[in-house]
Amino acid sequence: MSVYVNDDLMDYDEAMARFDVVIGLEVHVELNTASKMWCGCTTEFGGEPNSHTCPICLGLPGSLPVVNAKAIESAIRIGLSLGCEIAQWCRFARKNYFYPDMPRDYQVSQSDEPLCFDGEVTVEVDGEEHLIPVERVHMEEDAGKTTHIGGSGRIHGAGYSLVDYNRSGVPLMEIVTRPIYGTGTKGPEVARTYLAYLREMMRALGVSEARMERGNMRCDANVSLMPKGSTELGTRTETKNVNSLKSVEAALRYEIRRQAAVLAAGGRVRQETRMWNEGGFTTAGRSKEHAEDYRYFPEPDLVPVAPSREWVEELRATLPEPPAARRARLQAAWGFTELEMRDINGVEGALELIAETIEAGAPASAARKWWVSDLARRANEAGVALDEVGMSPGQVAALQALVDSGALTDKLARQVIDGVLAGEGEPADVVAARGLAVVSDDSALSAAVDVAIEANPGIAQKIRDGKVQAAGALIGAVMKAMAGQADAARVRELILEKLG
Amino acid sequence: MSSTINQSAAELARRIAAREQSSEEITRAHLDRIEQVDADVHAFLAVDAERALKQARAVDAKVAAGEKLGPLAGVPIAVKDTYCYQGLPTTAASRILEGWLPPYDSTVVSRLLAADMIILGKTNLDEFAMGSSTESSAFGPTRNPWDLERIPGGSGGGSAACLAAFEAPLALGSDTGGSIRQPAAVTGTVGIKPTYGGVSRFGLIALASSLDQPGPCARNVLDAALLHEVIGGFDPADSTSINEPLPDLVGAARKADIKGLRIGVVHELGGEGYAPGVEQRFAEAIEILSGLGAEIIEVGCPHFEYSLAAYYLIMTAEASSNLSRYDGMRYGLRVGDDGSATTEEVMRLTRAAGLGDEAKRRIMLGTYALSAGYYDAFYGSAQKMRTLIARDFASAFEKCDLLISPTTPTTAFKLGERLSDPMAMYKCDLCTMPASLAGISAASLPIGLSPADGLPVGLQVMAPAMADERCYLLGGALEAALNDRWGASLLDRIPEVGRPAGSQETSR
Repeated sequence: MSVYVNDDLMDYDEAMARFDVVIGLEVHVELNTASKMWCGCTTEFGGEPNSHTCPICLGLPGSLPVVNAKAIESAIRIGLSLGCEIAQWCRFARKNYFYPDMPRDYQVSQSDEPLCFDGEVTVEVDGEEHLIPVERVHMEEDAGKTTHIGGSGRIHGAGYSLVDYNRSGVPLMEIVTRPIYGTGTKGPEVARTYLAYLREMMRALGVSEARMERGNMRCDANVSLMPKGSTELGTRTETKNVNSLKSVEAALRYEIRRQAAVLAAGGRVRQETRMWNEGGFTTAGRSKEHAEDYRYFPEPDLVPVAPSREWVEELRATLPEPPAARRARLQAAWGFTELEMRDINGVEGALELIAETIEAGAPASAARKWWVSDLARRANEAGVALDEVGMSPGQVAALQALVDSGALTDKLARQVIDGVLAGEGEPADVVAARGLAVVSDDSALSAAVDVAIEANPGIAQKIRDGKVQAAGALIGAVMKAMAGQADAARVRELILEKLG
Repeated sequence: MSSTINQSAAELARRIAAREQSSEEITRAHLDRIEQVDADVHAFLAVDAERALKQARAVDAKVAAGEKLGPLAGVPIAVKDTYCYQGLPTTAASRILEGWLPPYDSTVVSRLLAADMIILGKTNLDEFAMGSSTESSAFGPTRNPWDLERIPGGSGGGSAACLAAFEAPLALGSDTGGSIRQPAAVTGTVGIKPTYGGVSRFGLIALASSLDQPGPCARNVLDAALLHEVIGGFDPADSTSINEPLPDLVGAARKADIKGLRIGVVHELGGEGYAPGVEQRFAEAIEILSGLGAEIIEVGCPHFEYSLAAYYLIMTAEASSNLSRYDGMRYGLRVGDDGSATTEEVMRLTRAAGLGDEAKRRIMLGTYALSAGYYDAFYGSAQKMRTLIARDFASAFEKCDLLISPTTPTTAFKLGERLSDPMAMYKCDLCTMPASLAGISAASLPIGLSPADGLPVGLQVMAPAMADERCYLLGGALEAALNDRWGASLLDRIPEVGRPAGSQETSR
């Protein structure tokens, strides 16, 4: 599908000079409970279409929901981690609207009685702290997935549509910020950092995989501009389909530049939903000028949720260390520089994997090196998340142990990574199968050195004459002859012995 | 009429357990009766003869093997067509669900089967239980066995009529604003709306979730108590189910002693708009209760006059949401899907063809009641009124143990008489709606025939939540006293099906 985009865009710096930015973020997080929100069906990803369903998550006549207690527990822990108050008593509400992949034609959500409310978190961008006020965290359910067949793949023009209800009823949390003011020129980065913070928090809590590329975590990014000095909020747009940290930042930058151009030209920003396109622009979606009437009312099929204060305090005691504190602690323990730490933070999932690799026995610097440079590049090339690259922290630690023992050089280790990623087994298996071990048998090395000396009489003479730095050329020749499987230091020793 | 079908459920169960009569024979007798009279009565939407007989033979085999079975084992029952039961269509009497085969059993049906009861078939009702006459059924009305020109009440007219016509000894009903009690009153049978949360709603097609309550329909109080104990009690599949043991209902029905009980007569449920024949029988019943040693008190419930308004806002609001799933997309009727129509067009055509006028009226009313700008004035006010009505009950129950009123202001009216006047139809439930709004227990008991038209009159008894046994206590006592006075039960006076009421002919 090609989209013709002719939005006028103002230069970002100019936009920043003329307008103040107000951002609001709505983040949906899919919980990783074993069963769905209202029934016992598995939440496992994938599966044959409609194989993870029952009368309840299909919304069949007569079926009734029962709340998953584990989902409430997860929601409360999320709320507490965001510094929220936990409601003494709250109800679910029905949000009435039609969509074929929502089987009852209403979504069970929460309206004016959210489970968690009035929280805040602080995120740091370039050494500056930004306060993100959290309005609410509420519970709701996911819908199914519709696939339009024929035509362009969109509903209009499709020959027919298929609906898969496997995701129907999977527990969702919605985390809504209040308007975020005062981010200066850093708004898009603050948004991105906040999302990264949430993602890390979800994983530390163990409540969600929080993978944006899989839709475990989704963000709707609201932004509006007000002329510098004004206090009156501008008209906002809501950008959906933002599926990565990078996209959040890019989408907000784009919307800021687009809205700035509209306003500068004397125009009016339309209140609407916009879709982020990975091509780097937003397109107009549904107009929100006439807000849809969802006819919310308290869900009569569910009793209110009334978490006891004792339970809430018990859950508070289970909270993990806050992400920022944990990062600071790990940085100190591992002895990493600010820059090294920033590199790690820039790669989704790297921190966890490095921590696990260190726990499995690898030195910190080596763990960082393998994950942030080599494996991150491989994951990027393969278009997968780092922890799906095909090598586990345990395997990385085992690989490094081989390097530390002198059995592998870094260069050989990279070939071992190739083998592990190709599914050839554990690092030791790959070493054996590919014959990659450093040759430490001096007789084989010695023979190779002899061959090299014989083949390069000029260089050999220079070394004999005391020009030790010429040994490099001979070492290179030997290493080449040994297909890299030699310890270069030992080769040097042998050369100097023979010519000394 | 055979000497089988006029027996009580308790007696049939006794015969089966004592091996005096087989469940198969009893089941066959009822199936024969259905065959004989249901063309006139039209209480059933589906009859499940073969499976019923198979179930009956299985029970007979268990009895023969000496297995200890439940108190209603082998007894046939009819199930209102709002309960999911695998193997039979569940339609809620709507075209939009015509032929829909549920892939699961409702909790109450599972409990009937686990109690070795025999399911004869599914009974007729107003479409989606919306009505007081069964005339809104998409499959034609049920007729009142007392007079086939008259309505059997609604929504559960089929369940009440099949009892009065001796097609089944027991039936399952569901009551949202009076759908068990009002049909019981106009057919001379017994119907109980249990405390909200006392019987599981899982598998009951919803009309209004905060009001719907499954309950027993029977020809006498003890049979109702026996059935109530089979279907009642906590169900983890229904979030609103009460996790407490049921009171001793059968014990209360047998004890049937109201000496010293304080019975409140609700002042607001009588007077203008109440038929003189109804008021006369109600007054006589009060005298009988007094004679049995109860203390009679008049109580005021000032907010009851808002019941109808509150009820019709809350019920329609919830119904508008509950019925939105019937859109032709996933199951049931689909109209206009010729490959050119949009989703919205198919939905519109399906609903236009699949839903009747009353369902559409209530969906529209409810949609307005919940709309932005109207919510506070309509739905919000109705919820406040609901709270005030519950408070009226609470203060009344400080002064008395039970409350009574007529079940309905009038006896059964003629088919078609109120079809063009929805308000007149809605007023059938004037007396029954308060207990529904408050979620308390209530029952309707037969107290004789109106001298004006020879048609049955019902008395409503209301008890606090989870004190359902009090309804049975009063029911048992009043029933015994009346049967003593009449020398037989009221239904012994019902004309043979097909003959008009008042002909004084009896078959027994």
